[in-house]
Amino acid sequence: MQQHQQSETIERHAALPAQRIGQAFAQASREGRCALIPYLMCGFPSVGQSLAAAEAAIEGGADLIELGLPFSDPLADGATIQHASHQALERGMNVAACLSIASQVAARSTVPLILMGYYNPVLAYGIERFCREAAAAGVCGLIIPDLPPEEARPLLEAAHQEGLALIFLVPPTTPDDRIALIARVAAEEPRGFLYCVSLSGVTGAREHLPPHLQSFIARVRRQSTLYSLPLAVGFGISRPEHVAEIARYADGAVVGSALVNLLERYASDEQVQRLAVRDYIRSLRDRTVRQS
Amino acid sequence: MQQRVDQQGRQPAQSETYQHGAYPDLRGRFGPYGGKFVPESLMPPLAELEAAYHEARHDPAFEEELQGLLRSYVGRPTPLYYVPRFSRLVAPGVRVYLKREDLAHTGAHKINNALGQGLLAKRMGKRRIIAETGAGQHGVATATVCAMLGLECIIYMGAEDIERQSLNVFRMRLLGAEVRSVDSGSRTLKDAINEAIRDWVTNVETTFYLIGSVVGPHPYPLIVRDFQSIIGREAREQILQLEGRLPDLVIACVGGGSNAMGIFYPFADAPEVRLLGVEAGGKGIASGQHAATLVAGRPGVLHGAFSYLLQNEDGQVLGTHSISAGLDYPGVGPEHSYMKDTGRASYVAADDALALRGLQALSQSEGIIPALEPAHALGYLLEMGARGDLDPGSLIIVNLSGRGDKDMLTVARELQVTIS
Repeated sequence: MQQHQQSETIERHAALPAQRIGQAFAQASREGRCALIPYLMCGFPSVGQSLAAAEAAIEGGADLIELGLPFSDPLADGATIQHASHQALERGMNVAACLSIASQVAARSTVPLILMGYYNPVLAYGIERFCREAAAAGVCGLIIPDLPPEEARPLLEAAHQEGLALIFLVPPTTPDDRIALIARVAAEEPRGFLYCVSLSGVTGAREHLPPHLQSFIARVRRQSTLYSLPLAVGFGISRPEHVAEIARYADGAVVGSALVNLLERYASDEQVQRLAVRDYIRSLRDRTVRQS
Repeated sequence: MQQRVDQQGRQPAQSETYQHGAYPDLRGRFGPYGGKFVPESLMPPLAELEAAYHEARHDPAFEEELQGLLRSYVGRPTPLYYVPRFSRLVAPGVRVYLKREDLAHTGAHKINNALGQGLLAKRMGKRRIIAETGAGQHGVATATVCAMLGLECIIYMGAEDIERQSLNVFRMRLLGAEVRSVDSGSRTLKDAINEAIRDWVTNVETTFYLIGSVVGPHPYPLIVRDFQSIIGREAREQILQLEGRLPDLVIACVGGGSNAMGIFYPFADAPEVRLLGVEAGGKGIASGQHAATLVAGRPGVLHGAFSYLLQNEDGQVLGTHSISAGLDYPGVGPEHSYMKDTGRASYVAADDALALRGLQALSQSEGIIPALEPAHALGYLLEMGARGDLDPGSLIIVNLSGRGDKDMLTVARELQVTIS
């Protein structure tokens, strides 16, 4: 009887969308790599191009995909994503259209999708409705950069109800006790990963990784060791050598603004754009392998 | 709509009463409003600010320095001044008093808060100050305080506001501040706040963000309310001395809501005092070109707080319009949202034309040129009188939050007068 119940629990658990996030990290790890997580803004440069770019990124070897929801006031983002957000809104992008893009990407691949967007559009959509429809679209997790753990409880409950993970950010200025607090909330099932912000600042491609990144990641690892959450690093990552370094000590690398810049550069020729995205992601993916 | 608000964890507050002195709670909430909806990197500095603030307020030395400077540098207490000729324009038998914040150093109430936070920054060892500004009054006040305290000062200002408030931009630069033009979004106050927050996120360990209104994440709505409440405390004492009773009506303009909260809060425990906030009606609520957040918005999250917000169906923040840059903001302080829901204060809108009428009426009847912001309250008062909404014998205080010098170019343009 007890055994029967247990196996039922496991089955239901296995069906949770969030579990696919952990599986993607585990798969990469088995292959001796860190996971590669490209970020794309829904509807930028156009709906068709963001869809094609997601497919090209998957073809290039993405392990997970982050899809950005545009917002009028993206206060954690630098110029690149501000611009993409603004353009997407100008072209009529909204939450429903983003969910539609997600479902089209999900229909064509098994790569887990994560939605990243600010809280107000989610709130306006209705957080239960948002989570329900995101899960139905094939989304596995959510990242809301203006929602710290103290304010996250309503969305966390709605997300978990639908089997979605809520992923929290950890910037390098976070004190140890607070890293532990964030990790504890992030580890509530169904869980995703910890998003380590490489630097103090907003999103945007940088030439170099910050000097203390490795010790910061080690600190996050120490404070979250109890929960064994995968650690992904984002903000500022743009080059294959950045990915190679991150692969040495973290479990995933997020590439956002650099990819958005690339899409913009080749916006006039969709065929070239598609190949450029695929080749760029492939060049990063090649460097995800851990050198020992 | 109400269901969406419920997701925040509480019912809208219609059936609740506003309990004076009970807010914000430990989570920084005014009923359901307020909170800390910020990027994680700002959580530690907000906690640090909260701790430093409480410690400072319990330190007699801090209080003594603040009160001393408010007296000798700012010129407090500001007068509560009876305006007989303007009163007659409003309605027969009413008595209107002005709380003369226009006479405070730098010409507006903003200095009360800038001084308080500037002293706090210095005490915390933060020597780099950033601030946003709309009309430029908060920027000028911040630049002034930074000059006086020897602090580095960077002011973010929307490109559109820089154009229409060029005089204040020059004042800030003369005071030694760096004014950074913000070209993103609607190029006004909301975008200046976005950019200031981006700066803060980037330079979090060295920088103090000196917010100019009762907006933003906890503890800012509390801190700004406290530093601005000197307006209402003085006014309460002064009206009791002059008239021997509390006013029937206290009226103030509301953009973010700092001058209104400053004068409302010390009267909020007296139920017989009606509190009325006047928002910017712009070209009319129906036109969609306005900044009347509490009148026409619905709750949402912007700039770190859950509060009323002008937003579209999809949760995108709407562009605003007002003749006055200082009211041109799609959000509002969370305590105002709670005062609205509980009925402790009520909120209305005055359009651009009514504000201009208020400005002209006070100028010509009393020899006081108000800023366009409080002119909204003056204009609305004239309209209330004309509608017969004011009983004879009504005792009214208007918070005259700033003087009009900065607005002369705008007013001249509106009146189709060319001045060089």
